Amino acid sequence: MLKNEEELVITIDAKGMYYKELNKMIKDGIGAGEKKFFIENVNGQYYLGDGIQGDDIIITINGVPGNDLGVFMDGPTIIVNNDAQDNIGNTMNAGKIVIKGNAGDVVGYGMRGGRIYIAGDAGYRIGIHMKGYIEQIPVIIIGGKVGSFFGEYMAGGIMILLGLNISDEIAGDYFGVGMHGGVIYLKKKIDFSKYSKEVEFSEADDNDMVVLKKYLLEYANDLNLHYDEIISGVFYKISPSSARPYAHLYAS
Amino acid sequence: MLRLKNTFSIERDISGCGLCGIINIKKVKINGENIKRAIALEHDRGNGLGGGFAVYGAYPDYASLYAFHIMYDDIAAKNNVEEYLKKNFVIEKNEPIPVLKISKILDHPILYRYFMKPKSDREDRLFHDLKDDDFVVRSVMVINSQYDGAYVFSSGKNMGVFKGVGYPEDIADFYMLDDIEGYMWTAHNRFPTNTPGWWGGAHPFTLLDWSIVHNGEISSYGINKRYLEMFKYSLSLKTDTEVITYILDLLIRKHGLTIELATNILAAPFYQTIEKMDPPKRELFTALRQIYGSALLNGPFAIIFGFSDGMVAMNDRIKLRPLVAATKGDFTYIASEEASIMEMCPSPDIVWSPKAGEPVIVRTENVKAKNIVQKEEMVSL
Repeated sequence: MLKNEEELVITIDAKGMYYKELNKMIKDGIGAGEKKFFIENVNGQYYLGDGIQGDDIIITINGVPGNDLGVFMDGPTIIVNNDAQDNIGNTMNAGKIVIKGNAGDVVGYGMRGGRIYIAGDAGYRIGIHMKGYIEQIPVIIIGGKVGSFFGEYMAGGIMILLGLNISDEIAGDYFGVGMHGGVIYLKKKIDFSKYSKEVEFSEADDNDMVVLKKYLLEYANDLNLHYDEIISGVFYKISPSSARPYAHLYAS
Repeated sequence: MLRLKNTFSIERDISGCGLCGIINIKKVKINGENIKRAIALEHDRGNGLGGGFAVYGAYPDYASLYAFHIMYDDIAAKNNVEEYLKKNFVIEKNEPIPVLKISKILDHPILYRYFMKPKSDREDRLFHDLKDDDFVVRSVMVINSQYDGAYVFSSGKNMGVFKGVGYPEDIADFYMLDDIEGYMWTAHNRFPTNTPGWWGGAHPFTLLDWSIVHNGEISSYGINKRYLEMFKYSLSLKTDTEVITYILDLLIRKHGLTIELATNILAAPFYQTIEKMDPPKRELFTALRQIYGSALLNGPFAIIFGFSDGMVAMNDRIKLRPLVAATKGDFTYIASEEASIMEMCPSPDIVWSPKAGEPVIVRTENVKAKNIVQKEEMVSL
C-alpha cells in the first residue's frame, strides 16, 4: 500500500490478491480515516466495496472488478476505468458507481438508492426489482444498449437508456414486464408493440426534462461526454399503467 | 460405471460452476498453463467437487486411433474391461495416465489410457455391422453401464479429457497439463447441485470427439433421457450434463444436421419468435421444434461444446447463466467471467457477451495441427 501525501490517495496493487484481503485493506483504510483509494491490476475480485459507508469516499479501479461490485454500498463513489462484470450495485443504498466500459448482467438488482452510470452496454436483467421511496431514488443510466428483461418488476427509481452509437435494437424482449413503479426514459424510440402490456409509452414532458437534465449532466461530466449532444432531441418515457398490475388476481 | 465411493455430501447445494475455453483457428498449439490460470480465477464458482479439462490435438502421434481414458475402482474392474477391449480392439499402446501425486488430490481411481482401433473381425460383426464410430459409442455405453467399477471418460481421436474430484487448478497440476499441448482447450470448475461430486461426474463429458462443459441445470433431463434411450444411448453417469453430449452426437453425427441447426434444437427459439420469422425460416424452425421437441434443453445453462474442428459456446434462451467471449488474432476465448479472459489475454481485440440462445461458433481453418506426425504404419493396422 502506497500513500501519496500530497493527494492523500491510497494506492493498492491488487494483482493476484484474493478479494477478502483486498476488501479488508479498503475497509481498514476507511476505518483509519482515508478517503481516496486507487486500486490497480484488479481482475475478477468479487464484492469490492461491499457495504462500505461514507459519502466522501472515492475508489478508483483499474482492471475488471468481479461480480457484486458495490453490493449493499451506502454512500461512497466507485469509478471503474474498464468493463465490469455481473451484479453491479446489488441492493445498493446510496453512493455512485461509474463504469467507463461495459457492464454485465443484473445491474442494480433490488437497488434502493444511489446512481449507477455506465458508458457502454449492459447485459440482461438491468434494474430488476429496483425500488424507491420518497427521497430514496435509485438511478441507472446506460449509454449503449441492453439485453432482455430491462426493468422487470421495477417498483421505483429512474432508468435512462441512451442507445448512443447503437444501430440495431437498443433493448431485448420482456422490456418492463411486471413494472409497477418508477420510470424509464429512452433517447430512442423502440418498437413498443413488442413490449409489456403493463406499461405506457409517452413523450417526456417539461417536468421529465428537469429530471433528465439533472442526472444526464452529472453522467456526461463523470464520463467526459458531450452533455449537449446527449440532452438534445426528444426523450420518451415508459411508466407503469398501474401500481398494482395484478390486483385483479387477488382482490377482485 | 464407477462405484460411488466418495464421502462428500450429496445434498442439494446452491450452484455456481465456471467454464473457460480457448481455441486457435490455425491449430497452433499451447500448453495447459493459460487455461489453468483462467479457470483458477473462477475458483469460487466451484466447491472442490469437480474440475476438468478437454484438450484437442493432444495425441498427434496416435491421431488416427481412438484414445480411451478409463477410470477403474480396482484391478478387478481393469481386468474385466481389458478383456472386453482385447476382444474387440487392436490396442496399439496402453499405459497409466501420467499423474503427479499432490496433497490436494488425496484419493483417485486407477487412471489408464488406451490408443486403439476396433478390430475388423470383432465379435459383434456376427450380429451387426457397425461403423467404427458407432462401435466405439456402443463400447463406451457397454463399459459405462455394464462393467462395475469402470468408466470411460474420453474416447475421441487426438483429444483427451483430464478430470476428477478437486478444484480445477489442482486437477491441472495432478495431470501435469503444463506438459500437454493442444489447439483447443476447455475447462470446468464444478459446483454440483443435484447430483454427487464423483470422479466420473466432473466435466467435460465426452463421446468420440464431442466434449461438453456446462454451467447450469437441465430441467428437461427426464424427457431428454427417455428420448436418447430410444436411440440406445445409456445414461448412467448420475448427472444431467451427459444428455447434452449424447444429443449432439445424435443430431450431428447420426442425423447429419449442421452445428447451427443442432444448436437451434438445444436452445430452440420460442414459438412467438418463430411466428415473426420469414415463411421459409418459420417452416424450418417449426419443423425442428416438432421433430426434435424432446431434444430441447430447458432450464438455465451456459455450455462450451468442443469438437475436433471447432468450438461452440452458447446460453439458454433467456440467459440465466453468464458467458463472455473475446478474440485476439487467431485465438477465441470464452469464459463465465470477463476477468478469466483477461487472465488468458490481457488485451483482447474484441470482448462481447453473446446473446441468449445465439451460439458463438468458431471453426478451425482447414489445416493440419502443427507438429502432427502422421505415422502411416499405425494407420494401416
